[in-house]
Amino acid sequence: MEIPRIPLGDWIESGLTWLTSEYSLVTRGISRFTQTGIDFLNDSLMWLPEWALLGLIALLCWKLAGVRLAIGAVAGLALIWNLDLWNPMIETLTLVVFATMVAVVIALPVGIAAALSNRLYRVIMPILDFMQTMPAFVYLIPAIPFFGIGSVSAIFATVIFSMPPAIRFTTLGIRQVPVELIEAADAYGATRGQKLFKVQLPLSLPTVMAGINQTIMLALSMVVIAAMIGADGLGSEVWRAIQRLRPGDGFEAGIAVVILAMLLDRLTQSLRKTR
Amino acid sequence: MDETRPVKIKVRGLSKVFGKHPQKAIELSNQGMKRPEILEKTGQTLGLSDISFDVYEGELLVIMGLSGSGKSTLIRCLNRLIETTEGEIVIDGENIPTLKEKALLECRRRHFSMVFQNFALFPHRTVQQNAEFGLEIRGVEKAERHKIAHDSLKQVGLEGWEDAYPNQLSGGMQQRVGLARALANDATVLLMDEAFSALDPLIRKDMQQELLQLQSKMQKTTVFITHDLDEALNIGDRIVLLKDGEVVQIGTPEEILTKPADDYVRRFIEGVDRSRILTAESAMRPLRTTARESDGPRTALHRMRDHTIDSIYVVDRDRRLLGLLEVDAASRAIEEGADSIIPYLTQDFRKVPMDEPLHNLFAMFSEKSFPIAVIDKQEQLLGVVVKGAVLDELARAGEQ
Repeated sequence: MEIPRIPLGDWIESGLTWLTSEYSLVTRGISRFTQTGIDFLNDSLMWLPEWALLGLIALLCWKLAGVRLAIGAVAGLALIWNLDLWNPMIETLTLVVFATMVAVVIALPVGIAAALSNRLYRVIMPILDFMQTMPAFVYLIPAIPFFGIGSVSAIFATVIFSMPPAIRFTTLGIRQVPVELIEAADAYGATRGQKLFKVQLPLSLPTVMAGINQTIMLALSMVVIAAMIGADGLGSEVWRAIQRLRPGDGFEAGIAVVILAMLLDRLTQSLRKTR
Repeated sequence: MDETRPVKIKVRGLSKVFGKHPQKAIELSNQGMKRPEILEKTGQTLGLSDISFDVYEGELLVIMGLSGSGKSTLIRCLNRLIETTEGEIVIDGENIPTLKEKALLECRRRHFSMVFQNFALFPHRTVQQNAEFGLEIRGVEKAERHKIAHDSLKQVGLEGWEDAYPNQLSGGMQQRVGLARALANDATVLLMDEAFSALDPLIRKDMQQELLQLQSKMQKTTVFITHDLDEALNIGDRIVLLKDGEVVQIGTPEEILTKPADDYVRRFIEGVDRSRILTAESAMRPLRTTARESDGPRTALHRMRDHTIDSIYVVDRDRRLLGLLEVDAASRAIEEGADSIIPYLTQDFRKVPMDEPLHNLFAMFSEKSFPIAVIDKQEQLLGVVVKGAVLDELARAGEQ
């Protein structure tokens, strides 16, 4: 007896088609809104002369993490500038910043809710597993019918891919608050809100920051891959180098990504430590 | 026991079952089954079984038991950090187990402050902010709560540490912060859950003394949990003794020591019960000062002032005890221009021989607070015994 093949792919496709046609107004709205935001951030950062932005970033590093990171930042950014990769670097940075903001705005409340409700926790954790283990490229495909080729699709895929750690760490951070402190808050008659904002959130902040750091790193890696669906930035430089078989160009852009990654990582880690 | 004192918290028939089918366990418990059988039959753990007691206004009630006796569960039922299964807990006319969520919050804010075994200070808040916590929760205005918290920190001797964080303080100091947090809140009842158990023995003694001093000043209704008999005897006005989730005995420290309700209590106080071989001599202290029969009232008064005491024993040349002179009587003698203090002496005090068993001394203290005079066969005054010394001596014997 022949067991018929389950048409799982067909189902998903028809589902997605239904979604795109049914909610095209919504997706187009999101698309326009997001594009405006990205353009604004991009234009602002590019409007600044290279040396001014470089100086600002160095100052930020100095204040938050000390003089060593500041020197590293100046050297790294100067190299990127010298290699003529400044504008792609800004485009990538914009996408990362924007995607991270969206991811965190969604992740914090979801993470808090999952920490406070066991039922929600049981529903959300497998979804997060799914989101994280699904190969990142797969998200790029449905992004295109939803939002078209370009930055918005890149953001969409990036947000989905990079959000799980922020949710997980928020949940973990809140659940890790010692029981006796919760008991103390209860004993003095704290409401749920007071407990959350005066005890649970402040105490879980270092863990939440670690999650946001992870999200930023994942966002950066995804934004580079998103060059395949037409996102601008360092990723598209790499993509072009692949297509033209120019390893030198590819490595130049790759090194720029590494520099950006290290900068973002050290900066967010220092934020966590100053707490 | 004085039954007419106003009751602050009334606990009646309180039971707590841990598990999914509490009613089954309660039924079996009502049939007289004990904790291990119930666990075996139903898989439910009977945490507390039919507990009833009163907490009087202004008293320090100690709930004592070994681990597993249910004492931590019991104190958490009082402010409903743990839900009860059955029974009433009435404070100022409100039955806590049936309060709605909002009323419960209100009740906790108004009635209960709590001090925890492991301090439970908020590590992200300064000492000052920790002390303010309860007031902040109640929405007390910033300037006011700042002042109140500052005062209560001063009360526990932490002035100057306001801006430190808990992890910068020693264990004893951290628990002072815990105490200040509770005092600042000015709730009507203070709950102390093994509050001094995590401290090392010397600091613990100090904290007990300080608590007693605070208590004599403030007369705050306090429920104090401990597993330590020494501590219970030292600070408790009354003691509730728990075993396997049931009340074994309720009484003053003296009653527990002298009239143990059953074998369990007897075994519990066995070490302490060496009082039967301890005598007045072992708890006796030398007198700091005495008056002589030849002294005039002014001299006697002067001696009392020097040693800040309000009564003085008077002896003759051979140190035989003549009587006790109270400060009022001495003043009266001066007013009346008397030369001798002899007519003003009172015999209204207790004297015992050196070999009087220590446990007999308890009953004597309940009448008047004069130190008990210890004399030898020739009626010579050897020393005195004060109330605290008896308990100390018994407790020390218990440790050996």
